[in-house]
Amino acid sequence: MLWLIPALPFFSALILIVGGRSLSKAAVSVIACGSMGLAAAITLVLGWQFLQGGENAVAQHLWSWIQSGGFNAGIDLRLDALSLAFVFVITFVGFLIHVYSTGYMAEDADFSRFFACMNLFVGAMLMLVLADNLLLLYFGWEGVGLCSYLLIGFWYKDPANGYAARKAFIVTRVGDTAMAIALFMLFQHTGSLQIQTILSGAPELWSTGNETVVLIAFLLLGGAVGKSAQLPLQTWLPDAMAGPTPVSALIHAATMVTAGVYLIARTHVLFALAPTAQTAVAIVGAITLLLAGCSALVQTDIKRVLAYSTISQIGYMFLALGVGAWSAAIFHFVTHAFFKALLFMGAGAVIVAMHHEQDMFKMGGLRKQLPAVFWVFLIGSASLSAIPFITSGFYSKDQIVWLAWSSAQGHSAYWVIAIAGAFLTAMYTFRMVFLTFYGEPRGHHHPHTPGNSMMIPLYILAACSTLAGFVELPHTMGHFTLFSDFLQPVLPAVHLVQESAALEWTSQLLAAGLTFLGIYIAWVWVIKKPDGMLRFSQMPFMQWLRAYWFTGWAFDAAYNELFVHPFVRTARMNRKDIVDRIYTTLARIMQWCHDMLARTQSGLLRWYIMGVVIGAVLILSVLIWRVYV
Amino acid sequence: MTLAGILFTLGLVSMLIRRNMIFMLLSVEVMLNAAGLAFIVASSHWGQPDGQVMFMFILAMAAAEVSVGLALILQLYHQLKTLDSDAASRMTG
Repeated sequence: MLWLIPALPFFSALILIVGGRSLSKAAVSVIACGSMGLAAAITLVLGWQFLQGGENAVAQHLWSWIQSGGFNAGIDLRLDALSLAFVFVITFVGFLIHVYSTGYMAEDADFSRFFACMNLFVGAMLMLVLADNLLLLYFGWEGVGLCSYLLIGFWYKDPANGYAARKAFIVTRVGDTAMAIALFMLFQHTGSLQIQTILSGAPELWSTGNETVVLIAFLLLGGAVGKSAQLPLQTWLPDAMAGPTPVSALIHAATMVTAGVYLIARTHVLFALAPTAQTAVAIVGAITLLLAGCSALVQTDIKRVLAYSTISQIGYMFLALGVGAWSAAIFHFVTHAFFKALLFMGAGAVIVAMHHEQDMFKMGGLRKQLPAVFWVFLIGSASLSAIPFITSGFYSKDQIVWLAWSSAQGHSAYWVIAIAGAFLTAMYTFRMVFLTFYGEPRGHHHPHTPGNSMMIPLYILAACSTLAGFVELPHTMGHFTLFSDFLQPVLPAVHLVQESAALEWTSQLLAAGLTFLGIYIAWVWVIKKPDGMLRFSQMPFMQWLRAYWFTGWAFDAAYNELFVHPFVRTARMNRKDIVDRIYTTLARIMQWCHDMLARTQSGLLRWYIMGVVIGAVLILSVLIWRVYV
Repeated sequence: MTLAGILFTLGLVSMLIRRNMIFMLLSVEVMLNAAGLAFIVASSHWGQPDGQVMFMFILAMAAAEVSVGLALILQLYHQLKTLDSDAASRMTG
């Protein structure tokens, strides 16, 4: 039954690709959402059986894909606790987003193309997380990249969207190349791409810190960094917001961008063998979460705030992976998928209500006009900024904050960064909330509350992003570890070096206090004294800093200078392609030979006779020479 | 045999230096007969009949060749009003 989960979205995508144009919008919605709903239902059933069965993994061999010498790759699916967590989020959140999209995209002319791409994406993503060998995983990995490209550039008539799509595709390609090299190296050294074979064989093959395994882990990290929009390949995600909002919710918040987290968690044995690479994971996560948090603080586009926030939250997951808190990272992935999808779809509802206005400075005062959207958005924001006790974000993020310090690979510097990130998160989140929903209406629109197909998924996700946190409670509050116990067979538990409850309390209280401080500052900034803040931000240094953060730490400009411009220059210099020269020269030599030969055809009969005679003499002399000499 | 060689060379040289088509045709005939002579000499030298048979073929071939060649020359003369072979040089590469 496992094969049905990815097969259903693929099948639905196939129907929509082939016959989408002749189907009515209602039929397209039923096919797309129905396949997703069925997949989600099957996941629930399988998940229940899985939990009842008590086995560590369910594997299914469908057929052999490639067989060549010692190389053997099959279409093998494997469901264990880690992939079950991902499959559940992908199908369940994916289903809700599909339902929401039927409302969001209702007016769009390319309705069926949209759902074809969405279903294809979900299918590829499910292949990614269910794959039992790295080649199939890579297939899913590239499949989601392709769908991401197609959906970012969905409104292809605007060249800017096409540019954003190409940028996303090319930047992630950098990481994908690193990952492909990692796969080659893994095959070269272990002779297999089966994940389980590699994971069980690696500790015997390599000692801890072996150069090869460190290199492989770094290359895998490169792939993860590209897909998950972490430093230094994070620049594509803010631009990816050019796509429709459900796409941002599904691909660029809930699922695809966390593929990097999945990859690292999946190959955690390799990272455990390569402490340098694992430290690099933590450092990448820590720096990214800070940088993206600062950038989110000054954005004006509501979706870009959420995009930077996504980068920052995935930074938390990387930090957790880097300190060996594997299950904490996956836990944060699950809660993040809920509340970030909720926020994106809430933002989408606002955007639709404002007639596709995305600038927060043209919104304001929507609390009274869109009360339902306001409340779900507030719940999502509370979860994102980790308001204590009542939100899922609190439980998942605080776990990471605490483990960043107390884990064996942890460090107090990580903890400081994580807590500063929590402060930034609260600040930018509530700046967004206050700008959008409070104050006086600044736009000239008349917002209308979205329909049920958009609101019901929001209610469900709002409930999830509150309740999902209670499956894992910290030591200080009951020490309830359902989620990490569930992941125990796949991911080892974190090694704690500090188990002081007092310190943990301090950490949690400090994080909570900073969260509230951040909200207060956002309130002062946006509502209480906007004039004072305006004056503050008019200071030259602040203005400079604002512009700097606004462009995402000017990474785009730097990459343009470093890579794009030199490349364009080289391309321009090489306009008459050097390689082409060889071929044109060859053609020219041929042309010359032809001219020479053509000139011998003079039309004078006697010349031809002469030619025949000379030829005959030559052939005869050669023959005679061969025979007699 | 020497006579055959001399005859062949004469024919060849005269074909190369004459521009009159009729003379060129004659030279071809001379060369053919030189080859025929060589065949006959060789066959009588080795006592084999093959050379004689071959000469018969050459005679028949020469007759056919002369008729085709003369027809071509006639046509050429109709077109160009001359027998100069260099005049028919419009087919150049």
